[in-house]
Amino acid sequence: MTTTASMVWLIIGCALVTWLPRIIPFMFVRSVKLPDVVLKWLSFIPVCILSALVFENLLDTESKNFVTLDWPVFITFVPTLIIAIVTKSLSITVVAGVVIMAAVRFFM
Amino acid sequence: MTSTTELHAKSTTSSDNSFLQGVKDCVPTLLGYISIGLAFGVVGSASGMSVLEIALLTILVYAGSAQFIFCALLLTSSPASAIIVTIFVVNLRHLLMSLTLAPQFTRYSMLRNVGFGTLLTDETFGVAVTKQMQNGKLYGKWMDGLNITAYSFWILSCVAGAFLGQWVANPEKWGLDFALIAMFVALLVLQLSSVSKNKIVHYLMLIGYMAVSMYGLSYIVPSHVAVLLATIIVATIGVVTDK
Repeated sequence: MTTTASMVWLIIGCALVTWLPRIIPFMFVRSVKLPDVVLKWLSFIPVCILSALVFENLLDTESKNFVTLDWPVFITFVPTLIIAIVTKSLSITVVAGVVIMAAVRFFM
Repeated sequence: MTSTTELHAKSTTSSDNSFLQGVKDCVPTLLGYISIGLAFGVVGSASGMSVLEIALLTILVYAGSAQFIFCALLLTSSPASAIIVTIFVVNLRHLLMSLTLAPQFTRYSMLRNVGFGTLLTDETFGVAVTKQMQNGKLYGKWMDGLNITAYSFWILSCVAGAFLGQWVANPEKWGLDFALIAMFVALLVLQLSSVSKNKIVHYLMLIGYMAVSMYGLSYIVPSHVAVLLATIIVATIGVVTDK
């Protein structure tokens, strides 16, 4: 249970640069009326960012020359997507995804 | 779309603005927090961080991917300035998320807004925008319930991971790392199911552009930068191609 002053400062530095992008829009949007085109742009952010986070995990960027599919993850992704579409349930999708992933890793 | 009608009908119930409902809506994401948190605790210990340091990092930074990258950079003994700059870039996507949610909360005080922003994560963002799409409105108490539940479970899991590291040395073997991906998949599907029928083709097209951009950008920039750039590019395409 120890730490050093430099470690604490490093963590505080990292905390500041993660905190500011999170809070600045919350402080700023209150006093400014955003133009319609910006609001329209923002309306596309959720779908874009959520699919970015999915694609980020489907791709294997480790191998230097080619970006390929991360096959075990992709094989799990397909039934998980179907389950998500059919059930529209966050909890069922998460649990099913984990079980399928474990099974895929077990057999591959 | 019948499901949409049902979801809109639900918006009249008073429970949607309660702290408790926020806690309940957080529950499906907890498996993700717990498994990734445990994994982070293990990785943190393996990178030579003490339990105190792991707890401090978890409490103050509160961002999964940034915490993992922090460990990786620590192991390669990168200079502090490089670590801070990297963490900044990794979490810059939160600026977009915060910008998306903030207009929903202008009726609350500055202090409360800072609170909402402070506890914003990929997961709480996903749950909140989905809720907003279904109910049309977001409430502060609901957001607090969601945020505080997520934050507490994240801290507990990371610290537990730091202590119990040796027992779950390989969380991937149990597929637990997929919890987060499955969650993003489900949140994406929920987003799309709330989109009106005449717009769905446009959204699916944007997802196609996202796939192409993510693939292309992954050749030239680290994946966290690709997430940011692809989102900015494709949201702009979305505005331009919107009818």
